[in-house]
Amino acid sequence: MLPTLSVLNLNGAVPQIAVAGAGMLIMLIDALFHRGSRRWAAYLALLGLAVALARVVESGASAETILDGALARDGLGMAFALVLIVAAALSVLVAMDYLRREEHERAEYYALILFATAGGLAMAMANDLVAVFIGLETLSISLYVLSAFFTGDAASREAALKYLLLGAFASAFFLYGIALLYGASGTTRLVEMGTAIRLAGTQADPLLWGGVALIIVGVGFKLALVPFHSWAPDVYQGAPTSVTAFMSVASKVAAFAALVRLLVVVLAPAAPLTSALLALLAVLTMTVGNILALAQDEVKRLLAYSSIAQAGYILVAAVAGEVGAAAVLFYLLGYAFTNLGAFAVVLAWSRRGEGRLPFSDLAGLGFRRPWTAAALSLFLLSLTGMPLTVGFVGKLYLFGAAVQAGWTWLAIVAVLNSVVSAFYYLRLVVIMYMREAEMPLALQRAGLALGVALAVCAAGVILLGLVPGVALDWARQAVAVVLS
Amino acid sequence: MVPADFLPILVLIIVAVGMSAIAIALSALLGPHKSTPTKLMPYESGMVPVGDARLRFSIRFFVVAILFILFDVEAIFFYPWAVYFRRLGLFALIQIVVFVGILFVGYFYAWRKGALEWE
Repeated sequence: MLPTLSVLNLNGAVPQIAVAGAGMLIMLIDALFHRGSRRWAAYLALLGLAVALARVVESGASAETILDGALARDGLGMAFALVLIVAAALSVLVAMDYLRREEHERAEYYALILFATAGGLAMAMANDLVAVFIGLETLSISLYVLSAFFTGDAASREAALKYLLLGAFASAFFLYGIALLYGASGTTRLVEMGTAIRLAGTQADPLLWGGVALIIVGVGFKLALVPFHSWAPDVYQGAPTSVTAFMSVASKVAAFAALVRLLVVVLAPAAPLTSALLALLAVLTMTVGNILALAQDEVKRLLAYSSIAQAGYILVAAVAGEVGAAAVLFYLLGYAFTNLGAFAVVLAWSRRGEGRLPFSDLAGLGFRRPWTAAALSLFLLSLTGMPLTVGFVGKLYLFGAAVQAGWTWLAIVAVLNSVVSAFYYLRLVVIMYMREAEMPLALQRAGLALGVALAVCAAGVILLGLVPGVALDWARQAVAVVLS
Repeated sequence: MVPADFLPILVLIIVAVGMSAIAIALSALLGPHKSTPTKLMPYESGMVPVGDARLRFSIRFFVVAILFILFDVEAIFFYPWAVYFRRLGLFALIQIVVFVGILFVGYFYAWRKGALEWE
């Protein structure tokens, strides 16, 4: 039968079309007409994201497919899409003044952020492993280019090259995994693949296990899980700070969305083994991330290791499979606000032309910049998991899901890790408020867009921490509607 | 599949090898033999293939290579569409127009940003 327009169900793909379309429009306008300031590109990007957001919120979840079955418009997909769009919009706000300050204001930046977001949206909603792969590549390739965006900066170029080489390697693993799973089940459609695996049973099928292992390696690389994390600190540190902020949130949201869907829809029958494997990765990721973070003396790299550890915490709930899906979603929403906010402060305070922010530069800023310092303290407390912040509720929910699924020892390891992490997060707060500056930092003016982004992040962290009920219900209802 | 089913492939191999052999033999017999040092190089108009591999060459080659891959793959997608055009009808026409439209954004971008200029 030949496909028709109704099979495509383009109406459901409006979020992707709006985001990618805005990106292409930016490229066209910039190439054909433009001279001077590039601020319009940021506004156009925000407009595209707003259209996508409105569409995601208003259309709600239904277990139907779009683009001839390649994407699923179910609750899980739409909810992760929402988190991703919010993160992208905040990243645009964070970048606007920063790019101008660093004299790298170009329209391509916003176009690439939009393309990366479109790729992430495809991953979040994918109902087909090929669609996951295309989304992953769109996201990754945009991020490689964004990492090299400060072309005059050797660290930025180095970061991009490392990311490209290792990322391409990981993509090959992922693709080979898809091929093996196709061999095991005879389809690339997730739902049908799940059915095939359930019917065939999971005993000793080398194709299935090989495929699962390779896909976990591929996703593990994107999530910077230990032992696939070695690229992350260098790339996070070398890339422009606004890119690091976006990358540390967007690629995690998209990759966790794909992983959760894979675990719930396809690999549920194989749960005992995949869970054991993921639990091992979670323990390694949390522990190594936290221990290495302890040894840092610079905020950007510290946050890079902290992002690795955070992925480990989230993985604790992913181990629980279907039970943990809502917890993963809620934590990622809080993590988006927290991590973007923390990187936004780093970017506001770092010296011009320099990504690094040594601890010594923080001294005394608690009183010189009371509002921004308060915001950074809030984000750090939330990353630690202090009560009254979203980090606390999120971790409670993550570890609770693990306990509920019978992984009590894993939850205990996670809690111990959180205690360790408190040392390096709170040390920053102590330096800001309790140490005198030896050489006061010459601070830049922050700019309105950055201020708005910081305010939104701080409000998100506080509101989700104080009244988490609404968001938790939303997360629970969303993951309950999964196309399967 | 029985071995006989592979007969067309065997024929193809014989024809391919035969054609090459005939072409080489004919040019050796009939062609004029006036060798110059340049003509004897493995790649007459390319780089010298012996020596340090870590040469610096113009970044423009890279841009041209990327553009070539983009628009080369585009052409590959056209063939199956063109072959089945009548059966696929309006729907496929719309799809290909969208596809080409997206490629044209890239083309205009590359053109206006000067990626096609060598100087």
